[in-house]
Amino acid sequence: MSAQEGLVLGKIYSAEPDARRTPPRGRFSLGKWLLPVYSALALAFLLIPIVYTIVFSFNAQTGKSNIAWSGFTLANWSGVCAEQDVCAAFGTSILIGLVSTIAATILGTMIAIALVRYRFPFRSAVSLLIFLPMATPEVVMGAGLAAQFLSAGIPKGIGTIIIAHTLFCLSFVVVTVKARAASLDPALEEAGRDLYGSPSQVFRLITLPLLLPGILAAALLSFSLSFDDFIITYFNSGTVQTFPTYIYISAQRGIPAQANVIASAVFLIAIAIVVISQIVTQSRQKRLNAVR
Amino acid sequence: MAITAFGAGGGPAAAVDAAPKRRSWVALFLLLPGILYLVLFFIVPLVSLIITSLETQSPDGAFAYGFQWQNYVDSVGTFGTQIWRSFFFAILATVIALLFSYPLAYFIGVKARRWPLLQSFMLILVVAPFFISFLLRTLAWKTILSDDGPVVSALKGLSLLGPQAHITGEPIAVVFGLTYNFIPFMCLPIYTTLERLDIRYLEASSDLYAGGWATFRKVTIPLSLPGIVSGTLLTFIPAAGDYVNASQDFLGGTSSTMIGNVIQSNFLVQENYPVAAALSIVLMFVILVVVSVYVKRSGTDDLL
Repeated sequence: MSAQEGLVLGKIYSAEPDARRTPPRGRFSLGKWLLPVYSALALAFLLIPIVYTIVFSFNAQTGKSNIAWSGFTLANWSGVCAEQDVCAAFGTSILIGLVSTIAATILGTMIAIALVRYRFPFRSAVSLLIFLPMATPEVVMGAGLAAQFLSAGIPKGIGTIIIAHTLFCLSFVVVTVKARAASLDPALEEAGRDLYGSPSQVFRLITLPLLLPGILAAALLSFSLSFDDFIITYFNSGTVQTFPTYIYISAQRGIPAQANVIASAVFLIAIAIVVISQIVTQSRQKRLNAVR
Repeated sequence: MAITAFGAGGGPAAAVDAAPKRRSWVALFLLLPGILYLVLFFIVPLVSLIITSLETQSPDGAFAYGFQWQNYVDSVGTFGTQIWRSFFFAILATVIALLFSYPLAYFIGVKARRWPLLQSFMLILVVAPFFISFLLRTLAWKTILSDDGPVVSALKGLSLLGPQAHITGEPIAVVFGLTYNFIPFMCLPIYTTLERLDIRYLEASSDLYAGGWATFRKVTIPLSLPGIVSGTLLTFIPAAGDYVNASQDFLGGTSSTMIGNVIQSNFLVQENYPVAAALSIVLMFVILVVVSVYVKRSGTDDLL
């Protein structure tokens, strides 16, 4: 063994820490506290407008606009529908969200299963067709649909909004369900077939239940995308008002505190769903780990 | 859920090669409805947008089919400033969002691994802005940054801002709004790749006498490149076409109009369809070129 080799081995196996070797903790040279403190501040920054919106849902608003703080009240929460337009717009948004989520989830899940489980010609063309809507700016998609509806003589309304929302949700559903389907073990379906399961039984009893978390995630994502979409909606809504178009139109003359109430309530429900799903995932992970 | 969904945006198509050969009529049945939908409501509208962009206008104001290439020359000539400004703002917002998000994503994905509860909690806070109305959170910033808001008065008190200066209505407010609104899109994909980063690579790097900075530059960054690429795309594309932040009722002013505002007002207010259509096609074309060059150069072709 040469002296050099001995030195290398000595370095690797010596129990004593080597001064030249950076200690594992301080490997990334940002100081030990810099990164956690920065992260906390960054998250606090992200929350500023959320806190603002929730706080001003309790504002005893005096004029048309809800900008200056003039005292705490619960009246906006108990009387959300005192501002009828807000409530109507909210209802329209929920309806559009539900219908387009169901349509996009069914169409998208079918495509995702085909992409993962089957071979077919023009596969890359299909992938491109699914990717393109996600790479297209919303104005272009909105203007394109509006131009088509215009030349086809279709009047704008709830129907055209649903068509538009289904379109932009579709690609996100495919991507989300595909990720789930690709991570499934094909052996599970094979086992089903080996046990004389018919194709429809295998799909109903094995594939679908395993895909369900992905499908649910895709549906929730679709609904939140649809509910909050403004740009594409505004091009195709005509006189129908969704919650975002209502806010856009009212921005000039002032937005009632009831709008803050609805946004805050939706926010709290969404966060509750996310928290619950995280807890479910983590406890399932724990159980899986325990079995292994 | 939404967390994994957004992260999956740039995920490699694993297991595709392992797809078994099966009767393709089932695949046809599964694909046909969705593909027809996309063709009917995505491809056909793009074609009708192209047709609209080439229409001619007769003296009485009606539009007719034609091959008026001049529409493109005129629109780009008239709105060149707004086109440049849009891409400039979008690039600026993307870079700032990347610099803001990377350390945060690194902390959540790598440093916070030992505390899964903290990790989930922080992730939920990152996606939280998604769940409050996009327009209301932008309006919240408008009030906070307004002339009698806390930020402007603090800056004026410190003499960092002149007595006549504004933030809202200026380009800086628009870039700020674009950056803020798309930070979650940047943060999540980076987090997803960093979360899968094998710590042993970092240890190997420091065993080979690389310092902290060299390890970060030569190991961490390359390994998280797919996340950076999809994050920057998910920020850049919507930012370039956005017209809410730059709208004058929100954070914008007369000197910060973006191409989205021009398309919107030409289409919906002035009903000057050919100009709006031509500008949309230009916007889409430039974005596709930028995206494909960027994806090629960063070597992450498997993004599809």
